[in-house]
Amino acid sequence: MDMKSDQEFMDLSDAYIRGELNIAEAMEFENYLSTHEESYSRFKRHQEFVEKLKAYDQRNKLKEELDKVHKQYDIAVLTQITKRPVIVRLWEKYKINALVAASVAILAVFSTLWVTGFYSKDDRSQYMALRRDMNNIQQNVKAQNALITNINRNKHGIAAPSHYGATGFALSSNGYVMTTYHVIKDADSVYVQSNQGNSYKVKVVFTDPAYDIAILQIVDQEFKDLGTLPYTFKQSPADVGEEVYTIGFPREEPVYGRGYLSSNTGYSGDTLAYQVSIPVNPGNSGGPVLDHRGNIIGVINSKQMETDGAAFAIKSDYLLKAIAEIPQDSLEKKIALNKKNMLGYLSRTEQIKKVQDYIYMIKVY
Amino acid sequence: MNKVERRTLTDDNDLVEGLRRGDPSLLERLYKTFFPTVTRLVLNNGGDIDDAKDVFQETVLVLYDKVSIGDFNLSSKLKTYIYSVSRNIWLKKLNKKGIFSDIADYVEKISTDDDIERKRELDLQFQMMESALLRLGEPCQTIIRDFYMHNLSMQDLCDKFGYTNPENAKTQKYKCLQRLKRLFFAQ
Repeated sequence: MDMKSDQEFMDLSDAYIRGELNIAEAMEFENYLSTHEESYSRFKRHQEFVEKLKAYDQRNKLKEELDKVHKQYDIAVLTQITKRPVIVRLWEKYKINALVAASVAILAVFSTLWVTGFYSKDDRSQYMALRRDMNNIQQNVKAQNALITNINRNKHGIAAPSHYGATGFALSSNGYVMTTYHVIKDADSVYVQSNQGNSYKVKVVFTDPAYDIAILQIVDQEFKDLGTLPYTFKQSPADVGEEVYTIGFPREEPVYGRGYLSSNTGYSGDTLAYQVSIPVNPGNSGGPVLDHRGNIIGVINSKQMETDGAAFAIKSDYLLKAIAEIPQDSLEKKIALNKKNMLGYLSRTEQIKKVQDYIYMIKVY
Repeated sequence: MNKVERRTLTDDNDLVEGLRRGDPSLLERLYKTFFPTVTRLVLNNGGDIDDAKDVFQETVLVLYDKVSIGDFNLSSKLKTYIYSVSRNIWLKKLNKKGIFSDIADYVEKISTDDDIERKRELDLQFQMMESALLRLGEPCQTIIRDFYMHNLSMQDLCDKFGYTNPENAKTQKYKCLQRLKRLFFAQ
């Protein structure tokens, strides 16, 4: 095959690319290319250029076509797509996912709580109010009781069994006694018994379940004015580490308990109470907590089980607050709190001697 | 929000095949199916409806380039691919305007930088081709277009341009092509 000129070669190339050659011609051209390297690369360059021209044309056609389609396209439909905040768009898109996720989360939380026994366990299981259940004690000492039944009968007749015992202390000289609310909450009747052994009937004049405070009034005819009380309420907060003591009735006799103020908060961070490190037992509830000068800083109301020496006392601030809340008009006699402390310079034993006359055993029936 | 119709892989394949052939009816379907998504993307990120049109058409061209070299295999949903490309293009456009923002969308995306880059290179080549053709002047430009793009035969060219015999037409076409090549490669 003889190539006279470049033009002839290009014409042939075009015809070959366009498939206008017959089989014999095409084969002849291919043969020629395979034997002439320079011509082959010339052909390749030409082919590429032609393809580029075609691609250019197709790109333009496609653009035109797109424009045409775009013109037919109903833009009005799209005007509905207004700008909305990301959160709305996300919500629309993931509504189902979010709802499913939320319900799974809720289910997981509650089933976990249920499985781990959260609901069966009382949150306050470690918390123990310190009233003394007399029935328990009575059962325990049934044998002894049986021995002295005769004597009892002679003395008291058939006495209804007392349910609970606790401690209280004189709030004022005219017969007001403070104790804790949980002691007297289910009471039919309440008596207080002084250190001298005198028992008086009292009525409940004020309760504050939130602060666990109750104020009783001795209504017995035989009750005589106590005279000036030896102790006062501490107005300012007490300090951690301060030495404190209490006197209470965990049994039939007053029991002295000594310790220190160990924390400014009570059970589970309860700010109404102090934690005091005094060994206390059921029956101590309602006992005053006094500092070394004989100021009442709080009232014992509970302790934490399985923890040694963690008792809780309602802070004196809240006691005073509760007293201030009592509508004075509703009282027969005014509650006159003692202002003058008479224990400040006494030794501990002297203090106890003075104080214990104003501390009562509370008996709840 | 329009409920996006659940589409199967077969639909995606049809659309890709239609695009390869340049089938106008499938182009319409492509528009109907994906334009709202892209419009929402652009409108919600500081663009208007014309921006949306540009972005979408460019996206279709990117897809077309990919499809025409046979590189496109449907490893992901077509919608994911189109969204990714459009998002990328719109971010680049915003970038050019000096807005450096991100589109927070929490949608599945795939990397499309290579595809967009390929289209950009082709665009450059086509621009060169265009300017070469424009400078070629008449009747050369029309002869080249008719012969190489519209596949007219030599006889058609003779009739159209009044050449007395096909040899003259061939010579004319050859001269025009040589000039075009010179113009194109001179750039």
